[in-house]
Amino acid sequence: MLKEGQIRIPSGCAISGVFNRDGKRVNGSDIITSISVMHDRSNGLGGGFAGYGIYPEYKDFFAFHVFFDSKESRAECEKYLDGRFDVYEKGEIPTRKHKNISGAPGIWRYFIKPRAGILDAAMLDEREFVARTVFFMNTEIKGAYVFSSGKNMGIFKAVGYPEDVGEYYRLEDYRGYSWTAHGRYPTNTPGWWGGAHPFGLLDLSVVHNGEISSYDANRRHMEMFGYKCTLLTDTEVITYILDYLVRKRGLTLTEASNVIAAPFWGTIEKMDAERKGYYSYLRQAFPEMLITGPFSILAGFEGGMLALNDRLKLRSMVTAEKDKTTYFASEECAIRIISPEIDSIRAPKGGEPVIVTLENGADNPQ
Amino acid sequence: MPLNYFYPDYEIDRNFMRCINCRACERQCANEVHSYSEEKRLMDCDSSKCVNCQRCVSLCPTRALRIVKTVNTFKQNYSWTQDKIGDIYRQADAGGVLLSSMGNPQQYPVYWDKILINASQVTNPSIDPLREPMETTVFLGKKPKQIERDENGKLKNNLPVHLALKLPIMFSAMSYGSISYNAHESLARAAEAMGTYYNTGEGGLHEDFYKYQNSTIVQVASGRFGVYKKYLEAGAAIEIKMGQGAKPGIGGHLPGMKIIGDISRTRMIPEGTDAISPAPHHDIYSIEDLRQLVYSLKEVTEFKKPVIVKVAAVHNIAAIASGVARSGADIIAIDGFRGGTGAAPSAIRDNVGIPIELALAGVDARLREEGIRDEVSLVIGGSVRSSADIVKAIALGADAVYIATSALIALGCHLCRSCHAGRCNWGIAAQREDLVRRLNPDIGYKRLCNLLNAWNHEIKEMMGGMGINSIEALKGNRLMLRGIGLTDAELKVLGIQHAGE
Repeated sequence: MLKEGQIRIPSGCAISGVFNRDGKRVNGSDIITSISVMHDRSNGLGGGFAGYGIYPEYKDFFAFHVFFDSKESRAECEKYLDGRFDVYEKGEIPTRKHKNISGAPGIWRYFIKPRAGILDAAMLDEREFVARTVFFMNTEIKGAYVFSSGKNMGIFKAVGYPEDVGEYYRLEDYRGYSWTAHGRYPTNTPGWWGGAHPFGLLDLSVVHNGEISSYDANRRHMEMFGYKCTLLTDTEVITYILDYLVRKRGLTLTEASNVIAAPFWGTIEKMDAERKGYYSYLRQAFPEMLITGPFSILAGFEGGMLALNDRLKLRSMVTAEKDKTTYFASEECAIRIISPEIDSIRAPKGGEPVIVTLENGADNPQ
Repeated sequence: MPLNYFYPDYEIDRNFMRCINCRACERQCANEVHSYSEEKRLMDCDSSKCVNCQRCVSLCPTRALRIVKTVNTFKQNYSWTQDKIGDIYRQADAGGVLLSSMGNPQQYPVYWDKILINASQVTNPSIDPLREPMETTVFLGKKPKQIERDENGKLKNNLPVHLALKLPIMFSAMSYGSISYNAHESLARAAEAMGTYYNTGEGGLHEDFYKYQNSTIVQVASGRFGVYKKYLEAGAAIEIKMGQGAKPGIGGHLPGMKIIGDISRTRMIPEGTDAISPAPHHDIYSIEDLRQLVYSLKEVTEFKKPVIVKVAAVHNIAAIASGVARSGADIIAIDGFRGGTGAAPSAIRDNVGIPIELALAGVDARLREEGIRDEVSLVIGGSVRSSADIVKAIALGADAVYIATSALIALGCHLCRSCHAGRCNWGIAAQREDLVRRLNPDIGYKRLCNLLNAWNHEIKEMMGGMGINSIEALKGNRLMLRGIGLTDAELKVLGIQHAGE
């Protein structure tokens, strides 16, 4: 059977997210409970979480979470990192034995910072340098896979049901102000841990439910800008589109969302001149980054979270508020189970971005 | 000499039980195939003049006529076919270059017919175009290099000049002279009605048609016929014709006998002079010269018009397209070797160039590898025969397609491939007043609109089936295609997997 990345595997899914706008850090128990009620939306072939604010003591370092197939691949990887980064701390990510989780690769964590002088020599900013490092390691170092690469955040994922994955990674030991979760229902899979979600690049992490019909148009376009789609999954290409539009082209998350899930021309025609100009411009300037077909995504980033549905709303997603906390989930039950007395709940419209940020935060992760 | 006699390829088969001697066939045939025999009191015919245009068949009121391929044949030979032997007889007799018209009819692979389209099942929903919006609007031109904001942080509209098409289909270049006034009028009016563009070809723009200028692409070819400032300003875009799929590497020749009246005036050359388009542009001997012409045309039109560079699909088309993309051109049009022509040397038409499917796949991949696919839009033509061909072309990487032969067929062309004779019985590739009148532009433009509407419906149905509701999400979406019966090399060039993979 072909490994993920050698073949494209469509999948259905469940997603859930919790964001504390006041920055209050909570452990991972609630998000596990939330995703667990949507058990039937997954099939045990992939689950994962992203937490933000979980490494405050290392917040100036990029936290690399890496899967290794073998000691050799780890050795090669560490040699590569040693030449380019100051490695502040490294070690295996703590896990607990779990009856439903098996076949684990080596799971390691590195807190690193690009070496002084290296960035100048490469003529790159720090984030671009780190992004290129991730691409290099994932494509050129056999048996190594960097699945989390942001600062003060981390992705935890595995083959299994998400609630089991959460327990396996001891998420109750981490405290974050923002959590996302994903349960995967791939239509066939070789059971590779790297193929589980969330998918991340730098501090951006994406969980996604759906199967986009524009996939190959999007993929081939993004590869033109140096992104390497190694997994052939929707989530990967959506992450790259967001990264490209926001980090490289300087769009706001709202603008990027209006590119990805643009209104129909028929709708734009009816708008006032200013809005018509705005939406027409984005559609004409970035047509290849329009995403069609069903999707609901949660994108976590430093200081915020974005929720977005495809423009026809072909996948369910609701958002709820309770005090200073915002919830997102594929199904309302996943919110009610952890917060029965919510203040309000609604289903965002297709193509309507919902962005929450820390109260002193900004729209743009930069 | 008996060698000059060729038994006709097609014979008139008349059912005399039905024929009422109305002589309609005789009046309709500009080739003078039919005649009435007073002696026999029956219709007679000379099949050797017949081009099989089906005009008499279509207009026979009693359905008494059919044209059948003859069973007379030289001794069968796989290598020395009847055509090859016949051509040698003809050339041994006259010593000339053999001419033919319309696209390459030889038995080369038609890759469109070896590509299959995907559809959604279960894991994502198909979309019903009758119930949901389905978008086929296309913009052709460059993309902004970077976003700019005003003092309030709002995005500035810095979009480069572009063409806006309501559907991904344009009418390809056919000059006034090679086709008739009424054919041009039909194309211009249909383009305007459908929100797309037609192309003047290299014969200039008839003064009556300046009113359709917002739907007109004006062409500048090596002969520069009819090119002046007002003409350049009249078009919504300017196309530099570097080559034509039916005859890559050679120019064109409209004989002096066709340069009469309006055609002479529109081409801006004296009546009766041959209109000869040189093989190359004599101010373009390399890519840097092309860049100068692109910018000359942009300067003269104050950078308000996108410039299209049309090239024929030849072996190193990917490298050529890369050069053109860097020349400042906004749009590249690539014409495949099955594209039509009003007249071309048969040897060239049948042997030079490559299929558009392969050229398109190669160019799209190359421009992406070089990171310049955004610099330029890609329009392809040269035997786009159906809505399915268009869906396949866009999924391979085209922004839009050019159609010409299909449009002429919609107007009545039966692909008899005798345009060069100037006796088109359907009033399309003719200049004789009595023949031109047979094509009514009021009906012709509606037929063209019908064709485009029908194809657009079918494109939407196929897109909806794939779960795609906007044409830009289909562009370059090669995962939606699979090859059938193709070799590994062909699949590699097309950049698609085989069916079942």
